[in-house]
Amino acid sequence: MGASVITGRREFLGATGVLTGMLAAGSPLALLAPSRAWALDLTTLRSEEGATLLAAARTIAPHDKLDDAPYALVVQALDGNAARDAATLVLLRQGVSDLGAGFATAAETERVTMLQVTETTPFFKSVRATTLATLYASPLVYAYFGYEGEAFSKGGYLLRGFNDLRWLPEVPPADSGPVVGADSH
Amino acid sequence: MASISRDDTNAVVIIGSGAGGGTLAHELTRRGIKVVLLEAGARQSLASFSQVPGEAFVQLTWLEPRTQSGTTTVVEDYPTLPSWTAKTVGGTTVHWTAAALRTRPWEVSPRTTYGAVDGASLIDWPLDYKELLHYYQLAEQRMVVTRRNGIPGLPASNHFKVFHYGAKRLGYKQVHTGYMAINSRPADDRGMCIQQGFCVQGCKTGAKWSTLYTEIPRAEATGNLELRAECRAVRIEHGADGRATAVVYRDPGGNEQRQKARVVCVACNAVETSRLLLLSDSAKFPHGLANSSDQVGRHFCHHTGCFVWGVFDRPIEFWRGATLAGIVLDETRHDPKRGFAGGYHLELAALDLPSIAIAGFPQTLWGRKLGFVMEHYRSMAGIFLNGEDLPRSSNRITLNPGLKDQFGLPVANIHVDDHPNNAAMRRHGQQQAKALFEAAGAIQVLMSRQTPATHNMCTARMSRDPNDGVVNAHGQAHDVANLFVSDGSAMSTSSSANPTLTIVALALRQADYIERQMSTRAI
Repeated sequence: MGASVITGRREFLGATGVLTGMLAAGSPLALLAPSRAWALDLTTLRSEEGATLLAAARTIAPHDKLDDAPYALVVQALDGNAARDAATLVLLRQGVSDLGAGFATAAETERVTMLQVTETTPFFKSVRATTLATLYASPLVYAYFGYEGEAFSKGGYLLRGFNDLRWLPEVPPADSGPVVGADSH
Repeated sequence: MASISRDDTNAVVIIGSGAGGGTLAHELTRRGIKVVLLEAGARQSLASFSQVPGEAFVQLTWLEPRTQSGTTTVVEDYPTLPSWTAKTVGGTTVHWTAAALRTRPWEVSPRTTYGAVDGASLIDWPLDYKELLHYYQLAEQRMVVTRRNGIPGLPASNHFKVFHYGAKRLGYKQVHTGYMAINSRPADDRGMCIQQGFCVQGCKTGAKWSTLYTEIPRAEATGNLELRAECRAVRIEHGADGRATAVVYRDPGGNEQRQKARVVCVACNAVETSRLLLLSDSAKFPHGLANSSDQVGRHFCHHTGCFVWGVFDRPIEFWRGATLAGIVLDETRHDPKRGFAGGYHLELAALDLPSIAIAGFPQTLWGRKLGFVMEHYRSMAGIFLNGEDLPRSSNRITLNPGLKDQFGLPVANIHVDDHPNNAAMRRHGQQQAKALFEAAGAIQVLMSRQTPATHNMCTARMSRDPNDGVVNAHGQAHDVANLFVSDGSAMSTSSSANPTLTIVALALRQADYIERQMSTRAI
């Protein structure tokens, strides 16, 4: 956990910034990833700006046990938006600058207070929208939230638990319907 | 598939291949009538439907620019998506959730039933409910709707168990897994629902009725249909006598083409249907084709629609199972004591993980409150409120000359001022849905605001008096005898029913009429 900022060699090589991190041991993501260490190049935003936006994304959609890696995908998406559209770059750069250098390392309550001030601004709306659209769309986080994604390739849930809830009574047949094919299992 | 000459003056040209256009194409071609079916979108298949939620949205959705205005909260919450419509062969029948509901008898005479409502432009439908019912029954047979004609209901999912339990505790009587155009067993040469939960992304088993793999291939098999996908109609032309003569469109290469026509049927979903008629202005029709009454684009209705979510402390896994297979019918009545005219449905609704974050919640939700809800994603249940939207003459589709599309044509602007009746209905429905979830043990309840409409209706409405609408009871333009409107635009009012079944029923009825009119050479 905890993205750090590396400047120097990567920026020299052409990327403007980079975010790095380490997946927590035992994280579901660590099972999927080839290595626990990760690094993500930014093409337009600087490393410090990326770190501030990553902290903003974590504040907007806080999930304590979720690694930084999926939040870094949010920063990558914002970086992509900035690369495609000069106005977005200005918006993000100014917004980050307004939050100040201490934002990324501030305590959550302070970050919340600082973001509340910006809540109605295009900067905040843009970061919030991209955070939600990117973070929860990443298959990296599906397991964390228990979501199972596409099920067609597994035959759906007809015989795999679409009706396995037992903490409420069964529905009377008149309001439900037969589970075709269930008899053979 | 037929090959029809662009100079064939005997062809019926249908624009749009969804519930209305696709059904009409099949009905006409099976009677031996030659049809050219123009569709702006591409042709997908069961195999090509993406099962990645964001990708599927892009694959099926009309993403070209539109603008919007008015007091509806959609303007603020969804600045780039005022309406959620499809652009694909099969239209919205590819992404629909398959609730096949009838309008109720009193809903086709709302002006009589509700009386005069301030700020609303209500009219009665110009047709008899008994006749509509006949076509509903035909549509239900064709679409294999559950709980009709002896077809069993869909089985109750985990999600429905929660919904049913809460609804019954609240005292609701009519609660079941819905009238769904989804196969509860194999039928119609299509498979059955495997409860995979990906209805909106395109049903990969074909269990859900869609014109893409029912009406359209069957129409092709008659040898009388030529489907032209990725072809965008840009203008309908008429002759000196005021009758439609041709449809100008852009082919997949962007080149302008002109298809001559004996009859033209417009079925592009209400926003684009209105836009196409308005774009087809001429010296004879200076305000747009079929618009001498200045009614094209007006009375736009979209249903009072929003989500209510129950958060529970035990797992539900609501993404498992047919997305919308559950309904409460008890609130679908006209009971002014509730503080509003008309009624609404409480419909079971799930959203996939990416979509719920983007479209399920108020756009002001963030921080720990958002985190808490999302961490309970597997323990959530959802309801979509679908209620009658009262028409307003000023809620309308217009051309926005300030923004042009890829062909240089002005885009549609959607103006919506929420009627106070809608606000009252929404509040009532939200409170009922909240009470339902609390009765089932919810630890928290959240509400969205109005969502971008996929039910777009009434902008070329059927009317007895030509001054009140655009088309007659058969969807035939009051101004132009061989021009028809064949989608939800033609509905006189929105009713509380999800519109697809009504659109199909009206298309079946329209096909009978067009055939009669063509055989007597009236058109």
